[in-house]
Amino acid sequence: MTDHQTETGTGNGTGDETTTGNGSGARGARWRLAGGYAAAAVLLFAVAPAVLSDFRLEQLARYLCFAMVAVGISLAWGRGGMLTLGQGLFFGLGGYAMAMHLKLADAGPGQLPDFMLLYGSTDQLPWWWEPFRSPVVAIAAVFLVPMAVAAVIGFLVFRRRVRGAYFAILSQALAAAFAILLIGQQATTGGTNGLTNFQGFFGFALNDPINRRTVYFVIAGTLLALMLLTRQLFLSRYGELLVAVRDSEERVRFLGYDPALVKLVAYVVSAGMAGLAGALFVPAVGIISPALIGIVPSIQFLIGAAIGGRASLVGAALGAIAVAWAQTTLSEEFPAAWTYFQAGLFIVVVAFLPGGLISLRQLLTRRRPTPLGAST
Amino acid sequence: MTVILSQSFTGISIGAVLLLIALGLSLTFGQMGVINMAHGEFIMAGAYTVYVVQKSIDSAGTSLLISLPLAFLVAGAMGVLLEWLLIRRLYARPLDTLLVTWGVSLMLQQLARDIFGAPNVNAQAPSWLSGRITLVDGEHSLTLAHSRLFILGLAIAAVVALTLTLRRTSLGRRIRAVVQHRDLAEASGIATGRVDRITFFIGSGLAGLAGVALTLVGPIGPTMGTNIIIDAFLVIVVGGIGQLRGAVIAAFALGVLQAVMEYSTTVSVARVTVLVAIVAFLQWRPQGIYTLRTRSLA
Amino acid sequence: MLPIARVRRLAAIAVASATALALTACGAKTGEESANAAATVDTSGDTIKVGLLNSLSGTMAISEVTVRDALMLAIEEINADGGVLGKQIEPISEDGASDWPTFAEKSEKLIQQDQVAAVFGCWTSASRKAVLPVFEQNGSLLFYPVQYEGLEQSPNIFYTGATTNQQIVPALDYLVEEGVESLYLVGSDYVFPRTANRIIRAYAEEHGIEIVGEDYAPLGSTEFSTIANKVEQAGADAVFNTLNGDSNVSFFSEYAATGLTAETMPVLSVSIAEEEVKSIGAENLEGQLTSWNYYQTTEGEANEEFVAAFQERYGADRPTSDPMEAAYTSVYLWAAMVEEAGSFEVEDVRAAADGITFEAPEGTVTVDGETQHIHKTARIGRIGADGLITEVWSSEEPIRPDPYLRDYDWAEGLS
Repeated sequence: MTDHQTETGTGNGTGDETTTGNGSGARGARWRLAGGYAAAAVLLFAVAPAVLSDFRLEQLARYLCFAMVAVGISLAWGRGGMLTLGQGLFFGLGGYAMAMHLKLADAGPGQLPDFMLLYGSTDQLPWWWEPFRSPVVAIAAVFLVPMAVAAVIGFLVFRRRVRGAYFAILSQALAAAFAILLIGQQATTGGTNGLTNFQGFFGFALNDPINRRTVYFVIAGTLLALMLLTRQLFLSRYGELLVAVRDSEERVRFLGYDPALVKLVAYVVSAGMAGLAGALFVPAVGIISPALIGIVPSIQFLIGAAIGGRASLVGAALGAIAVAWAQTTLSEEFPAAWTYFQAGLFIVVVAFLPGGLISLRQLLTRRRPTPLGAST
Repeated sequence: MTVILSQSFTGISIGAVLLLIALGLSLTFGQMGVINMAHGEFIMAGAYTVYVVQKSIDSAGTSLLISLPLAFLVAGAMGVLLEWLLIRRLYARPLDTLLVTWGVSLMLQQLARDIFGAPNVNAQAPSWLSGRITLVDGEHSLTLAHSRLFILGLAIAAVVALTLTLRRTSLGRRIRAVVQHRDLAEASGIATGRVDRITFFIGSGLAGLAGVALTLVGPIGPTMGTNIIIDAFLVIVVGGIGQLRGAVIAAFALGVLQAVMEYSTTVSVARVTVLVAIVAFLQWRPQGIYTLRTRSLA
Repeated sequence: MLPIARVRRLAAIAVASATALALTACGAKTGEESANAAATVDTSGDTIKVGLLNSLSGTMAISEVTVRDALMLAIEEINADGGVLGKQIEPISEDGASDWPTFAEKSEKLIQQDQVAAVFGCWTSASRKAVLPVFEQNGSLLFYPVQYEGLEQSPNIFYTGATTNQQIVPALDYLVEEGVESLYLVGSDYVFPRTANRIIRAYAEEHGIEIVGEDYAPLGSTEFSTIANKVEQAGADAVFNTLNGDSNVSFFSEYAATGLTAETMPVLSVSIAEEEVKSIGAENLEGQLTSWNYYQTTEGEANEEFVAAFQERYGADRPTSDPMEAAYTSVYLWAAMVEEAGSFEVEDVRAAADGITFEAPEGTVTVDGETQHIHKTARIGRIGADGLITEVWSSEEPIRPDPYLRDYDWAEGLS
């Protein structure tokens, strides 16, 4: 990465923290960034496990899964301008891929998962379950299947230049269709119950608190890794191209790039992240069901990212964690007030502070411009 | 034979409901390009209007007839308020409009829960709507429920009234002028801000009418809007933005497709088929059935 | 492309995470006997905590709030009588929000944070399936008050609603008695209707009933004209209805619109209780059949007291229903088990469960220690114009619970 790339991209004011910077500022920012990640790692790996009870730690693991989805959203929506209102589809694909493997592993070689014995009318494992016996296939499927589905959808949709609201509504419709499909196939998917009651996670018993802690560490590590990866994407030439496509697709096309391809990559990567999040959600929470896939959860995924800051990695991730945390704690005490507060905050932020709460910081420190990605 | 007839009528009546809920959107989304996710909650407001009116007027028939204009006004007023408070600030950012109005819809749902309670309620159908017309008698009779005919009639009346307004009145001319070229319209002395507000009033008011119609087929509840809003948007997307006749054709086509698929397979397969069919259709015609030709590059 | 510094940093984080994993990844393997200890019950204070886990928001709130009311009534009554083992019951309330993962999360909170002695609640099978592993892993107790699809028997759950042989099988027996030879199955698309219909099909095959159609509508669906058309075309002797909640409103009005009536094609419903009749509107339901273990009109002194107490507490217009009664009963059964055991510990309570009886509003109920279900009387009722349901047939004696239908030859292939 060279410094000249940090000098482009003035943004169009819609929540972009891309401002011009100079070399020395960039270097300082880089140290701040390293410090930030180190602090996050210490918090997630040392402080949280020491301070939180097992129960609270599991809740945190769940929020971190939502943060992973938000990281993908910040890539596709914040940087790419694609309003991904159907991330539940990919979250579900990843989650079900993982859950199917865990179910088969619990059942043992040659056996059927317990729910199929209850609800299924066949004694035969459906052919599309068979590959998931292999842990390798399952782990690969966790992100490859969502990415492949996203590639097909994206190819069809972006090629025909369906975008904006059309794209948002279509992706919502697809998430809804997937949820309906799962519910209708109870014998092979568990229906509305979803898949639940997992005994083990790749050989480790899930009822052992130590193993559940390990799951938390895996999730925290994955989130940090995904954030670093996404940050590299943001800073790369590709990241700049993506922002350019968001701000003016025509201009990029006239420059000789194919905007459809640029968008497709971001969409596919964000789908992969949602899939991974869904997969890790399964051992952490112990359930995947159509209720986590349809229209409402898909929009819920977006709220955190929007409130925190759609175009900012840290903003989106922290926003997702904060909203999910507030949801569980505040909704316990004041369910009605919480709905008003959440919706109100969402409206105000989207309407008047499109950069999200994280952009408040920039408003305060406007005199000292930060280089591209410094706050990511 | 009677099966085909009765299912076609079912399809048409599903289409009529779709048309009613999408008609308002064809103005706000189709003409103005505003993606109002709270449209479903305006429908809900129309439905609750019937419920409230029935509490003070015993006769179900009278209260239904009073509710029609009242629901139009209630939902229309909510629409104007929303336009004035939020949407007019966001015309340049359609996707953010979508999100903001979704937040509004969350609030309105909670408001309905606080006012009317979380459980769904029901409105009495007037006695003159609970009967049915028997077309073919015998072992497999073909009957048309009055309530369905009423919804169909209401949908057709709304389409005709809207078409006339857009084509024949000076208000309609101004609306079309703003849609086709906002700057030019403004330069010609049209108060575009006011036209926007009136358009939004009519579009939201139509949602209120749809709400009244929906009380005849299902319960009234805080979440009734969320269940139908996506369908409504799909009708507009398939029909083509800014095209009333596109919305009409799309609504009935989707209704009949849903009814036929439901009859031959299951409800969930039918739902999925319809959704997949829409995605496939948009591959073929990304701008919908009818395309408004403009000079824009997109 | 990557500068050295960044590579180093990435590597450092990777190493740190790997070390953290290595340090922690030494838990039990699957199959090993792991620490599946019984839940810690907090018995330190003057009160004993129990958890109430129902949906107070979302689509299920309409039904589950009534269960919550019944649970609270029972707790208040027991407390007024001096509590359990001398301790007042302290209910800790959680909202499942009609969302299954939330149910799992809240149940874990009740068990681990609050250390409750038992949890009462859940309605849908999906929510029960979601919390089941939590209760099994933590060794805690759930009292589940709703009729369900059977085929389940967790050592950590007491089922106080009917299983299939106490509701669906008697309903089918009744229909056969009435001369029904063909059935149309209509249900919401979730676990209970689908499983119930599998059982009905097995029964039908044995008893020579023809199943002329089977349809599912998505939960909350309000578009029933096609299904009503199909039902009308198929011309069955009766409809077996497992639709849930509001879908019934639309279904019954479309059913009436096609010209069908309770005389020409009766509908037997297993999810419509007094509370639902009230919201659907009795005029659409008059003359239709239901199958439950309890109605507000069920005769007996215990029920008169229950209805009077409930309406005094919550309002004279509030009906009482089967799940409410089962919930009310479940608290009393738990209290009786605790008194019998002389302890709040889960293992002691379970050991004391067999044979515990209670004069419930539905009549005498007895806990079956083996299945952890209870003996219940089946009752077929007819919905009246006033919204109340009157009994037209009953099994007279409580039926022994048989969640896996082991006593029925025709049910052999089911589980």
